[in-house]
Amino acid sequence: MPELTTMTAWDRVQLARHAGRPHTMHYVNQLCDEFIEFHGDRLAGDDQALIGGLAQFRGRSVMVIGHQKGENTKENIARNFGMPKPTGYRKALRLMRHAEKFRFPVIAFIDTPGADPGLASEEGGQAFAIADNIYAMATLGTPIVAIVIGEGGSGGALAIGVADRVVMLENSVYSVASPEAAAAILWKDAARAPEAAAAMGVTAPELRAFGLIDEIIPEPIPAHEEPAAMIAAVGDVIDRQLAALDALITDGPAALLDARYAKYRAMGRFGIRA
Amino acid sequence: MRELFRRQPRFTTSDDEDARSKVPEDLWVKCPKCGELAYTKEHLQTHRVCQRCGYHFRLAARERIDLLADEGSFVEWDTDLTTDDPLGFSVDGESYADKARKTAAKSGMAEAVISGEIAVDGQLLAIVVTDFSFMGASMGAVYGEKLARAAERAVAGCTPLLTISASGGARMQEGLFSLMQMAKTTAALTRLTEQRLPHIALLTDPCYGGVTASYATVADMIVAEPGALIGFAGPRVIEQTIRQKLPEGFQTAEFLLEHGLIDRVVPRSALKPMIGSLMRIYQQAAGCLVPPAILASEVADA
Repeated sequence: MPELTTMTAWDRVQLARHAGRPHTMHYVNQLCDEFIEFHGDRLAGDDQALIGGLAQFRGRSVMVIGHQKGENTKENIARNFGMPKPTGYRKALRLMRHAEKFRFPVIAFIDTPGADPGLASEEGGQAFAIADNIYAMATLGTPIVAIVIGEGGSGGALAIGVADRVVMLENSVYSVASPEAAAAILWKDAARAPEAAAAMGVTAPELRAFGLIDEIIPEPIPAHEEPAAMIAAVGDVIDRQLAALDALITDGPAALLDARYAKYRAMGRFGIRA
Repeated sequence: MRELFRRQPRFTTSDDEDARSKVPEDLWVKCPKCGELAYTKEHLQTHRVCQRCGYHFRLAARERIDLLADEGSFVEWDTDLTTDDPLGFSVDGESYADKARKTAAKSGMAEAVISGEIAVDGQLLAIVVTDFSFMGASMGAVYGEKLARAAERAVAGCTPLLTISASGGARMQEGLFSLMQMAKTTAALTRLTEQRLPHIALLTDPCYGGVTASYATVADMIVAEPGALIGFAGPRVIEQTIRQKLPEGFQTAEFLLEHGLIDRVVPRSALKPMIGSLMRIYQQAAGCLVPPAILASEVADA
């Protein structure tokens, strides 16, 4: 791997996808005192690519949701490589509603190449499931902190990512489409993915400069080389961000929701013709 | 015989530039589905629907407005918003800024959507319509901003919102800014809900990706035009994923109706009366009992 300071966008895509990179369950196991996983969307099934449950995190009761990639090929097939189906998004929605009911903050770990693009997912209303989550998160009356730990792939990421605070690990990426998909759209040539990654500005430093994310968690050593230290650092940031959001919910969720609306309402740059 | 007609010289009656630009490019239009030829004038009178097989040709945004608006009722909003290039995006020597300018000149559209106030069958609505000829009506910041403002103006004016979408999805050239338009537009719709104002979404051919996965599918009522292709991932991507041919009729409006994803498939000719009826029904929903939080003048100043 090249030096961190001279890394290209494509180098970071490779790090973000590294098989040894800590995934959601690594964070849960190290950071939470208790974790009770909840299963299923109460409708059609239980998606292994998007998991969630209640946990104790540094003295708080929280709802954790996250994309879950596998550790090996066999597990990756079971986890669909971290690409949720509609049933996964509907499970996440159910758990977010649950969190809202009990006023537990939501911690969302983002790590997906994108939402599953299969035949059954289309039949099951993939687009509709993602849209429902975005809509629900816009007015969910409890704090939401999202952490991009690896790949933030398009709508599949945003479906659990409309948060009050969005933080990224330094070597994670977040993009409107996967570099391969973007290259296929722009040039009909997926092999030009490295160029697409560079052109789209997918890295944490670029997205922070655009004001689209709130904080970068430094990754002086790639996460897969020192996972325990990385996970601990992420825990500190989540703790601090949740504490900062406490001030917005002292009199109910109104201030929190106003701030969340304003945050997303302001995103996007355009000109005004004189 | 038909070939003879086709070869006739183009029909021009005036040297006046404006009049000449209104002359149809061809006298005949051929249906891509059944091959039927229609006289262009009739084709336009029937709002580009094949009278033999019912195929719905794509419509430009202005044609959509003409189809629905009560005479002279449309007032356009936010015509001054222009495409920005926040990433300095450039591929193969062509910058996004140049591409947007060229597309605007070619399509006659300043951006991928137009928005405004419209009366449909006597009912006042806020309306947002996309135009596929502008970069596949992909959703970037101007699109997102116009939609969010239209939702906020609907709240301020206490009118329902009608969105008419055809789109390739989020616009690659604005990177994550585009993805965030999904959050921005969808969040704006929650303001309508607070006022009990309905959002009706019409999905037209083709509608994919970031648009289908955001504001367009959280509507109170979702209708689609016959035969329109609607989905999350495009057919090519899905075929590559599952490595098999897709079934006949996959992702058509009728397919979505069968799978319980949309409320109705409505032919173009029935659209205007249906919206009129629907709006008269929603009028009794006691919308806007709460005084609007945003005043129209504040939105305009923002």
